[in-house]
Amino acid sequence: MSPNANTSPAIEVRDLVKLYQKSKTNAVDGVSFEVRRGEIFGLLGPNGAGKTTTIGVLTTGVVPTSGTASIMGIDVARDPIAIKQRIAVVPQQSNLDRSLRVREILTFHAAYHSVGRKERETRADALLDELGLGERKNEKVNRYSGGMAQRLMIARALMHSPDVLFLDEPTNNLDPQSRLFLWDRIRSLNQQGLTILLTTHDMDEADRLCERIAIMDRGRILVNNTSAELKKMIPGGNALEIRVRIVDQSDGSSHQRLRDSLQALAGVSKVEEVGSGPPAAGPSAAPPPWAQRAPGAAAPAPQEEEMGIVTYRLYAENAGSLVGAAAQTVLTSGAEVRDLHLKQATLEEVFIYLTGRHLR
Amino acid sequence: MHPKSRFSLAASAFLAILHRDVVITGREFVPFLLQALMQPLFFLFIFGKVLPGIGLAAGVFVAVMLPGIVALTTLLAAMQGVTLPLVLDLGFAREIDDRLLAPLPVPLVAIEKVIFAALRGMIAGSVIFPLAYWILGDRYSVRADHIGILVGMVVLTAFVGAGIGLMMGTVIKPEQISLMFTLIFTPLLFTGCTYYPWGALSNIRWFQAVTLFNPLTYAAEGLRYAMVPPIGGRNIPTLGIVWVLLAMGASIIGSVIVGTRTFRRRVVN
Repeated sequence: MSPNANTSPAIEVRDLVKLYQKSKTNAVDGVSFEVRRGEIFGLLGPNGAGKTTTIGVLTTGVVPTSGTASIMGIDVARDPIAIKQRIAVVPQQSNLDRSLRVREILTFHAAYHSVGRKERETRADALLDELGLGERKNEKVNRYSGGMAQRLMIARALMHSPDVLFLDEPTNNLDPQSRLFLWDRIRSLNQQGLTILLTTHDMDEADRLCERIAIMDRGRILVNNTSAELKKMIPGGNALEIRVRIVDQSDGSSHQRLRDSLQALAGVSKVEEVGSGPPAAGPSAAPPPWAQRAPGAAAPAPQEEEMGIVTYRLYAENAGSLVGAAAQTVLTSGAEVRDLHLKQATLEEVFIYLTGRHLR
Repeated sequence: MHPKSRFSLAASAFLAILHRDVVITGREFVPFLLQALMQPLFFLFIFGKVLPGIGLAAGVFVAVMLPGIVALTTLLAAMQGVTLPLVLDLGFAREIDDRLLAPLPVPLVAIEKVIFAALRGMIAGSVIFPLAYWILGDRYSVRADHIGILVGMVVLTAFVGAGIGLMMGTVIKPEQISLMFTLIFTPLLFTGCTYYPWGALSNIRWFQAVTLFNPLTYAAEGLRYAMVPPIGGRNIPTLGIVWVLLAMGASIIGSVIVGTRTFRRRVVN
């Protein structure tokens, strides 16, 4: 064990390269990152980005071509047995032992890891109850649904009290209810102190669960930061959209006056008129090219035809803090607020911004 | 936090994995026995009862054939105990992953498979004796003075089978299973001196030479040495027991080394 074993990061990857035999390009191409103890860290990227290979190296199943990886201060290549004691893996596809009954899958897993008989029985029952599988613990897994199998694999992973949990696409192919349940479990496991590294191509999942996210593409990490910081990378990714109806239309100038006073608000870097008249958010709203598919980016289109409807987009570092002032400004100018919402960049937009391609 | 030594960790993981296999086989013991014993049952009946009964085989034939059946049953049961599960597991089921992530060296997971499959082979081979006694009646004759060699030969035969099974299991892809079984099983079956003693092939020298490349030949001949009672006061001629032991030892060591290597290559990229 290295001397700094107690202070080292949970996971440390340096200049990792993996070139598979019979392949011309590196599956992982110079990846470096660190995961702090107690953190949920996400590797986000499309299929084939190198996420699973990276996890493979960290979980001793893939030998790196060059570079190093260590977990809790222990070099993965040098001491795989010590690594296996400290990690647990939940793979993309079920690899549950179908010859065993559900409860035995857990107790045998614990036995492989030298957990004593009494303790493994207690733990198995507790985990099965906790993950909502207690009533069907004597069945074989072939009767289990995808969501149940996923939960069982998580229970199995926890049987030997690992320090680091690897989740490879944990909620891929699950129904929405199972996803929410799993997200809940993942969060509460993390609150109990477990370090979690998960891979996903689901930006929503990464956004909801991960403290920090590394966006991977073609074997490389493009950026690595908190979700909020990543979203700030997009110019104008953070904006307040306010749709108003200008009551006094006697002269065209009230339009311009309102725009000027919005521009004058503290923190506003730019005001854009993204649509005037109905519909407020049509093609004329002209979202930036990288945001064309972004859900929630467009204001709900009004059903009724009305005159004097204008939508302003206020760009600011912290658009959320403008809500009060912007509404006040509109009201003071004698206009009505019809809709007001924050337009935040999504991770998918960040990905598209970085690569020019969609995530899937 | 993790006070156990590497050795005790690996040892208890190994035993737990072995225990898993014992539990599973225990649960399907009857299907396992049926699978292993169906073929020898009919061989014993046709070759030991029917053919002699209609005068197509001499009485000695039964005594010479029985060791061949024990050898074949033991070897095949051991081989099947590892090949098929491994082909499926490495091919797509990946159920073995959980054991590969246990804190023990990866090759030990393969060694465990070999040991367990050999146990299955030994059980299948041992059950032939009461079965033969029941079917053959007075034609059943096995010498008792080589019992130690007999036990040793059954154990070695089981390991030879398990070793070959490991090699095949790590090399064959799931989509090749039926082709490979035909390509490997059939020659193994018929060039292994199971139904004829090696010495009797002296008139067909080239074929006699071919049989020496089949590990089953040594298993059958060694078992003949251990089982066939002296006929007319003379031991029947077999391959020298020393050669038998050397060849079987080499086969086990060679196949386990090659098999664990390919196993490692399959599970660690």
